[in-house]
Amino acid sequence: MNEKDIIVCRCSDISLYDLKKLMEQGYTSFVELKQIARIGMGPCQGRTCSLLVLKELAKFLDVPFETLTPPTVRPTMSALKLKMIAKGKNNEEQR
Amino acid sequence: MKNNAKVVIIGGGISGVAIAYNLAKMGETDVIVLEKDHLASGATGRCGAGIRQQWGTKMNCLMAKKSIEFFETAKEELDYDGDLQFKQKGYLLVSSTKEEDKEFEQNVILQNKIGIPARKITKKEALKIVPHLNPDAFYGAAFCPTDGHLNPFTTTDAFYKAAKRMGITFYTQTEVLDIKTKNKKITEVITTNGSIKTETVVNAAGGHSYNIGQMVGLDLPVYSENHEILVTEAVEQMQGPMVISFSQNFYCQQTPHGSFIMGRGEPDKKPGLNVESTHLFLDRMSKTITKILPKIGELRLVRQWGGLYNISPDHQPIYGPVKEVKGFYLAIGFSGHGFMFAPVTGMIIAEMILKKPFSIDISGLTIDRFEKGNITIEGNVV
Repeated sequence: MNEKDIIVCRCSDISLYDLKKLMEQGYTSFVELKQIARIGMGPCQGRTCSLLVLKELAKFLDVPFETLTPPTVRPTMSALKLKMIAKGKNNEEQR
Repeated sequence: MKNNAKVVIIGGGISGVAIAYNLAKMGETDVIVLEKDHLASGATGRCGAGIRQQWGTKMNCLMAKKSIEFFETAKEELDYDGDLQFKQKGYLLVSSTKEEDKEFEQNVILQNKIGIPARKITKKEALKIVPHLNPDAFYGAAFCPTDGHLNPFTTTDAFYKAAKRMGITFYTQTEVLDIKTKNKKITEVITTNGSIKTETVVNAAGGHSYNIGQMVGLDLPVYSENHEILVTEAVEQMQGPMVISFSQNFYCQQTPHGSFIMGRGEPDKKPGLNVESTHLFLDRMSKTITKILPKIGELRLVRQWGGLYNISPDHQPIYGPVKEVKGFYLAIGFSGHGFMFAPVTGMIIAEMILKKPFSIDISGLTIDRFEKGNITIEGNVV
């Protein structure tokens, strides 16, 4: 399959081809890829893409997967509307 | 690792890369930039991404104007192939009271004198610029159409790449452990990856600048404080300018990418180096924004984070040499505005080191101003 058609980050529309090009340019940690290409900055917050990206990074750098640093997990756990936080309502009530 | 250099810059944030770029541009490429993590990992990469010229002190106005002029041609000057996400849709300052509105009037007079195209406007005019502002939540406003937004990550990357092409050396994941001096002169920088002989060191360590000062025995008049930010999901463009209020303690801008980024300062924060995210911030920020810009309250939060303001006594940067140690230069104390002043920081520090005439007169920004007691405090800070 064409690497341009394999999506590794769906929030920011980054393909495997894009990812490999970025790594070749020297962005070789998750956080650097995040800053330059918004990988992991979208609504999924890295929940979908981080494993895929870290696996590709491990392959590219030829290091064990577990030696790589995953992205920082930041609050909140779910995407609440700001007005609901302001009013102190919970996630069920805003649906 | 290279073991000697004319100049060693400590800090790979926007200030460090801008200083390195300017040194190279002026012909000095025997320069090493040291960064303990990755580039823009500190305050730069955590900042609010705004660029503004509406300040209350003359020095801040001068630096901001010069910086915006640079940003207007930055993509070409730095020959950058990425996207700087530069946007000039203005900053709308909203006042809460008649008194604050009067201060805006005074500031606009100062800004206009320097050539900044800000203007004092009425509530009605402000509502034309940002129609979803709650008319009951503010008194009047000031507006400068050439203020705006710039992506801190790609801007740092652009300076870095340009500097690297010209021959500057960068070592990331390299922490400075100590700075050696002899007879009050810099001799060597000790890092986690080896040592570098040098006579000139620039302290551009942002939130960590006090600790770097301690390495040469200085008690620098700065401290760091965590300021928090949140970002929402991306939506269609609906708000041109940054909306900001000093009295209501917030700023909120839509990025070119579509997300809304907003922050506020907590008055009772303790100084320190932690950059944690708190529920208190989230709660207060949501309440403020829902009141002033109710439509933004409909958007979903994507994440929140913290970053360090490195605060000086007058909320203006501290530039230049110190009398105690020869060869030690400061680019510190930006008080939350190091990103937007970086073009000037780069020019001035490079000119100081290479003994060239200054692009702007920064005599009011050297550290001796605090000894003289001759300071003007910048009040326009969130």
